[in-house]
Amino acid sequence: MSVFSELGLLIRLSNSHDIARRYFVVNGLDGALAMLGLTMGFHVSGGVEISTAVSACLATAIALGMSGLSSGYVSETAERKRELSELERAMVTNLEQSVHATAARLVPVFIALVNGLGPFLIAMLVTIPLWLEQGGIAMPFGALQSAIAMAFMVIFLMGMLLGRISGTFALWSALRTLAIALATSALILLFTA
Amino acid sequence: MATIKRLVLDVLKPHSPNVVEFAQRVAEENAGCRVQVTVAEMDENTESLVVVITGESIEFESVDSALRSMGASLHSIDDVEVLQDE
Repeated sequence: MSVFSELGLLIRLSNSHDIARRYFVVNGLDGALAMLGLTMGFHVSGGVEISTAVSACLATAIALGMSGLSSGYVSETAERKRELSELERAMVTNLEQSVHATAARLVPVFIALVNGLGPFLIAMLVTIPLWLEQGGIAMPFGALQSAIAMAFMVIFLMGMLLGRISGTFALWSALRTLAIALATSALILLFTA
Repeated sequence: MATIKRLVLDVLKPHSPNVVEFAQRVAEENAGCRVQVTVAEMDENTESLVVVITGESIEFESVDSALRSMGASLHSIDDVEVLQDE
Protein backbone atom coordinates (compact mmCIF):
# COMPACT_ATOMS: atom_id res chain seq x y z
CA MET A 1 0.00 0.00 0.00
CA SER A 2 1.43 3.38 -1.02
CA VAL A 3 2.06 6.17 1.46
CA PHE A 4 -0.79 8.24 -0.04
CA SER A 5 -3.37 5.46 0.12
CA GLU A 6 -2.21 4.68 3.67
CA LEU A 7 -2.61 8.35 4.60
CA GLY A 8 -6.00 8.38 2.87
CA LEU A 9 -7.07 5.36 4.90
CA LEU A 10 -5.95 7.00 8.15
CA ILE A 11 -7.82 10.20 7.29
CA ARG A 12 -10.99 8.28 6.37
CA LEU A 13 -10.65 6.07 9.44
CA SER A 14 -10.56 9.03 11.77
CA ASN A 15 -13.01 11.22 9.80
CA SER A 16 -10.24 13.82 9.80
CA HIS A 17 -11.12 15.42 6.47
CA ASP A 18 -14.25 17.02 7.97
CA ILE A 19 -12.40 18.22 11.05
CA ALA A 20 -9.45 19.51 8.98
CA ARG A 21 -11.77 21.38 6.62
CA ARG A 22 -13.66 22.91 9.54
CA TYR A 23 -10.43 23.95 11.28
CA PHE A 24 -9.05 25.42 8.06
CA VAL A 25 -12.12 27.59 7.48
CA VAL A 26 -12.64 28.62 11.11
CA ASN A 27 -8.98 29.43 11.74
CA GLY A 28 -8.60 30.91 8.28
CA LEU A 29 -11.36 33.36 9.17
CA ASP A 30 -9.52 34.06 12.43
CA GLY A 31 -6.41 34.86 10.43
CA ALA A 32 -8.26 37.13 8.00
CA LEU A 33 -10.08 39.00 10.78
CA ALA A 34 -6.87 39.40 12.80
CA MET A 35 -5.16 40.91 9.76
CA LEU A 36 -8.19 43.11 9.10
CA GLY A 37 -7.98 44.37 12.68
CA LEU A 38 -4.26 44.97 12.46
CA THR A 39 -4.35 46.84 9.16
CA MET A 40 -7.42 48.83 10.26
CA GLY A 41 -5.53 49.71 13.45
CA PHE A 42 -2.56 50.97 11.43
CA HIS A 43 -4.89 52.89 9.14
CA VAL A 44 -6.91 54.65 11.84
CA SER A 45 -3.77 55.55 13.77
CA GLY A 46 -2.62 57.55 10.79
CA GLY A 47 -0.53 54.94 9.03
CA VAL A 48 2.89 53.49 9.80
CA GLU A 49 6.06 52.74 7.89
CA ILE A 50 5.40 49.92 5.45
CA SER A 51 8.28 47.87 6.91
CA THR A 52 6.71 48.20 10.38
CA ALA A 53 3.32 47.06 9.04
CA VAL A 54 4.91 44.10 7.22
CA SER A 55 6.87 43.02 10.32
CA ALA A 56 3.84 43.37 12.61
CA CYS A 57 1.60 41.42 10.21
CA LEU A 58 4.21 38.70 9.70
CA ALA A 59 4.75 38.39 13.45
CA THR A 60 0.99 38.15 14.02
CA ALA A 61 0.64 35.54 11.23
CA ILE A 62 3.45 33.47 12.77
CA ALA A 63 1.85 33.75 16.22
CA LEU A 64 -1.54 32.70 14.79
CA GLY A 65 0.10 29.78 12.99
CA MET A 66 1.96 28.62 16.10
CA SER A 67 -1.16 29.00 18.21
CA GLY A 68 -3.16 26.87 15.74
CA LEU A 69 -0.37 24.31 15.44
CA SER A 70 0.12 23.80 19.17
CA SER A 71 -3.54 23.98 20.23
CA GLY A 72 -4.55 21.65 17.36
CA TYR A 73 -1.89 19.11 18.25
CA VAL A 74 -2.57 19.11 22.00
CA SER A 75 -6.36 18.89 21.69
CA GLU A 76 -6.36 16.33 18.87
CA THR A 77 -3.78 14.10 20.60
CA ALA A 78 -5.92 14.01 23.74
CA GLU A 79 -9.08 13.35 21.70
CA ARG A 80 -7.50 10.56 19.59
CA LYS A 81 -5.99 8.85 22.65
CA ARG A 82 -9.38 8.85 24.34
CA GLU A 83 -11.05 7.40 21.22
CA LEU A 84 -8.36 4.70 20.93
CA SER A 85 -8.82 3.73 24.58
CA GLU A 86 -12.59 3.50 24.12
CA LEU A 87 -12.12 1.33 21.03
CA GLU A 88 -9.66 -0.91 22.86
CA ARG A 89 -12.19 -1.36 25.67
CA ALA A 90 -14.92 -2.25 23.13
CA MET A 91 -12.63 -4.68 21.28
CA VAL A 92 -11.16 -6.05 24.54
CA THR A 93 -7.73 -6.05 22.91
CA ASN A 94 -4.62 -3.94 22.49
CA LEU A 95 -4.73 -2.07 19.17
CA GLU A 96 -1.11 -0.83 19.27
CA GLN A 97 -0.24 -2.67 16.02
CA SER A 98 -3.32 -1.46 14.16
CA VAL A 99 -4.08 1.41 11.80
CA HIS A 100 -6.16 2.90 14.61
CA ALA A 101 -3.05 3.41 16.76
CA THR A 102 -1.17 4.81 13.74
CA ALA A 103 -4.07 7.18 13.12
CA ALA A 104 -4.05 8.23 16.79
CA ARG A 105 -0.35 9.15 16.38
CA LEU A 106 -0.37 10.76 12.92
CA VAL A 107 -3.78 12.39 12.60
CA PRO A 108 -3.06 15.00 15.33
CA VAL A 109 0.02 16.04 13.32
CA PHE A 110 -2.09 16.41 10.16
CA ILE A 111 -4.82 18.34 11.98
CA ALA A 112 -2.25 20.54 13.74
CA LEU A 113 -0.64 21.41 10.39
CA VAL A 114 -4.00 22.38 8.90
CA ASN A 115 -4.91 24.26 12.07
CA GLY A 116 -1.65 26.20 11.98
CA LEU A 117 -1.22 26.67 8.24
CA GLY A 118 -4.84 27.82 7.73
CA PRO A 119 -4.60 31.11 9.64
CA PHE A 120 -0.96 31.63 8.65
CA LEU A 121 -1.56 31.30 4.90
CA ILE A 122 -4.77 33.33 4.96
CA ALA A 123 -3.04 36.05 6.97
CA MET A 124 -0.17 36.08 4.48
CA LEU A 125 -2.66 36.31 1.63
CA VAL A 126 -4.23 39.40 3.19
CA THR A 127 -0.84 41.08 3.57
CA ILE A 128 0.20 40.58 -0.08
CA PRO A 129 -0.41 44.31 -0.89
CA LEU A 130 1.98 45.26 1.93
CA TRP A 131 4.65 42.91 0.62
CA LEU A 132 4.19 44.25 -2.92
CA GLU A 133 4.44 47.85 -1.70
CA GLN A 134 7.58 46.99 0.22
CA GLY A 135 8.97 45.33 -2.90
CA GLY A 136 8.52 48.58 -4.83
CA ILE A 137 5.19 47.85 -6.54
CA ALA A 138 2.94 50.78 -5.64
CA MET A 139 -0.66 49.95 -4.75
CA PRO A 140 -3.25 52.19 -6.46
CA PHE A 141 -5.20 52.99 -3.24
CA GLY A 142 -2.32 52.73 -0.78
CA ALA A 143 -0.90 49.56 0.77
CA LEU A 144 -2.95 49.54 3.98
CA GLN A 145 -6.21 50.28 2.18
CA SER A 146 -5.43 47.54 -0.36
CA ALA A 147 -4.67 45.10 2.46
CA ILE A 148 -8.01 46.00 4.10
CA ALA A 149 -9.77 45.45 0.76
CA MET A 150 -7.91 42.14 0.38
CA ALA A 151 -9.08 41.09 3.88
CA PHE A 152 -12.71 41.81 2.93
CA MET A 153 -12.29 39.86 -0.32
CA VAL A 154 -10.71 36.86 1.44
CA ILE A 155 -13.44 36.87 4.10
CA PHE A 156 -16.08 37.03 1.36
CA LEU A 157 -14.47 34.08 -0.46
CA MET A 158 -14.23 32.07 2.75
CA GLY A 159 -17.92 32.74 3.31
CA MET A 160 -18.59 31.35 -0.16
CA LEU A 161 -16.50 28.30 0.71
CA LEU A 162 -18.51 27.86 3.91
CA GLY A 163 -21.72 28.08 1.89
CA ARG A 164 -20.50 25.42 -0.54
CA ILE A 165 -19.50 23.16 2.35
CA SER A 166 -22.85 23.50 4.07
CA GLY A 167 -24.72 23.11 0.77
CA THR A 168 -26.51 26.44 1.23
CA PHE A 169 -26.65 29.46 -1.07
CA ALA A 170 -22.97 30.46 -1.30
CA LEU A 171 -23.62 34.17 -1.89
CA TRP A 172 -25.82 34.42 1.22
CA SER A 173 -23.15 32.73 3.30
CA ALA A 174 -20.50 35.07 1.83
CA LEU A 175 -22.62 38.12 2.63
CA ARG A 176 -23.01 36.94 6.21
CA THR A 177 -19.24 36.61 6.73
CA LEU A 178 -18.81 39.97 5.02
CA ALA A 179 -21.28 41.44 7.53
CA ILE A 180 -19.09 40.05 10.34
CA ALA A 181 -16.06 41.77 8.79
CA LEU A 182 -18.01 45.03 8.48
CA ALA A 183 -19.18 44.78 12.11
CA THR A 184 -15.56 44.17 13.17
CA SER A 185 -14.43 47.22 11.22
CA ALA A 186 -17.22 49.32 12.73
CA LEU A 187 -16.21 48.25 16.27
CA ILE A 188 -12.55 49.05 15.54
CA LEU A 189 -13.52 52.49 14.22
CA LEU A 190 -15.82 53.05 17.20
CA PHE A 191 -13.22 52.21 19.82
CA THR A 192 -10.13 53.64 18.17
CA ALA A 193 -11.42 56.80 16.55
CA MET B 1 3.58 -29.56 1.52
CA ALA B 2 -0.04 -28.91 2.50
CA THR B 3 -1.49 -25.63 1.35
CA ILE B 4 -4.58 -23.89 2.70
CA LYS B 5 -7.32 -23.57 0.06
CA ARG B 6 -10.17 -22.23 2.14
CA LEU B 7 -10.61 -20.53 5.49
CA VAL B 8 -13.74 -19.48 7.33
CA LEU B 9 -13.00 -17.08 10.16
CA ASP B 10 -15.08 -15.48 12.88
CA VAL B 11 -13.69 -11.96 13.27
CA LEU B 12 -14.53 -8.98 15.47
CA LYS B 13 -13.60 -5.55 14.12
CA PRO B 14 -14.29 -1.86 14.79
CA HIS B 15 -16.74 -0.14 12.39
CA SER B 16 -13.83 1.62 10.69
CA PRO B 17 -12.42 0.70 8.25
CA ASN B 18 -15.61 -0.46 6.57
CA VAL B 19 -16.03 -4.02 5.28
CA VAL B 20 -15.06 -3.06 1.72
CA GLU B 21 -11.70 -1.62 2.77
CA PHE B 22 -11.30 -4.46 5.24
CA ALA B 23 -11.86 -7.12 2.56
CA GLN B 24 -9.56 -5.30 0.14
CA ARG B 25 -6.74 -5.16 2.69
CA VAL B 26 -7.10 -8.87 3.49
CA ALA B 27 -7.11 -9.67 -0.25
CA GLU B 28 -4.01 -7.50 -0.85
CA GLU B 29 -2.10 -9.66 1.61
CA ASN B 30 -2.97 -12.82 -0.35
CA ALA B 31 -2.67 -12.22 -4.07
CA GLY B 32 -5.09 -14.28 -6.14
CA CYS B 33 -7.37 -15.08 -3.24
CA ARG B 34 -11.11 -14.47 -3.12
CA VAL B 35 -12.32 -12.79 0.07
CA GLN B 36 -15.97 -12.80 1.06
CA VAL B 37 -17.05 -10.88 4.14
CA THR B 38 -20.48 -11.14 5.76
CA VAL B 39 -21.52 -8.93 8.67
CA ALA B 40 -23.09 -11.29 11.19
CA GLU B 41 -23.73 -8.90 14.03
CA MET B 42 -23.26 -5.26 14.85
CA ASP B 43 -23.17 -3.22 18.04
CA GLU B 44 -22.32 0.36 18.98
CA ASN B 45 -18.55 0.13 18.38
CA THR B 46 -17.86 -3.21 16.76
CA GLU B 47 -19.12 -5.71 14.21
CA SER B 48 -18.78 -9.48 14.00
CA LEU B 49 -17.84 -10.82 10.59
CA VAL B 50 -17.71 -14.14 8.85
CA VAL B 51 -14.69 -13.97 6.55
CA VAL B 52 -14.38 -16.64 3.87
CA ILE B 53 -11.06 -16.74 2.02
CA THR B 54 -10.52 -19.06 -0.91
CA GLY B 55 -7.42 -19.38 -3.04
CA GLU B 56 -4.64 -21.58 -4.34
CA SER B 57 -2.33 -20.94 -1.44
CA ILE B 58 -3.51 -18.94 1.56
CA GLU B 59 -0.88 -17.67 3.99
CA PHE B 60 -2.59 -17.82 7.36
CA GLU B 61 0.05 -15.61 9.04
CA SER B 62 -0.44 -12.82 6.52
CA VAL B 63 -4.23 -13.05 6.91
CA ASP B 64 -3.85 -12.80 10.69
CA SER B 65 -1.41 -9.91 10.31
CA ALA B 66 -3.83 -8.07 7.96
CA LEU B 67 -6.65 -8.59 10.47
CA ARG B 68 -4.57 -7.19 13.32
CA SER B 69 -3.41 -4.22 11.25
CA MET B 70 -7.08 -3.33 10.69
CA GLY B 71 -7.71 -3.47 14.42
CA ALA B 72 -9.67 -6.73 14.11
CA SER B 73 -9.28 -9.78 16.29
CA LEU B 74 -9.70 -13.38 15.24
CA HIS B 75 -12.26 -15.10 17.45
CA SER B 76 -12.20 -18.51 15.87
CA ILE B 77 -11.29 -20.51 12.79
CA ASP B 78 -14.61 -22.12 11.92
CA ASP B 79 -13.67 -24.00 8.79
CA VAL B 80 -10.47 -24.87 6.98
CA GLU B 81 -9.70 -26.76 3.78
CA VAL B 82 -6.16 -27.93 3.18
CA LEU B 83 -4.71 -29.79 0.18
CA GLN B 84 -1.57 -31.88 0.28
CA ASP B 85 0.46 -31.02 -2.83
CA GLU B 86 1.54 -33.93 -5.06
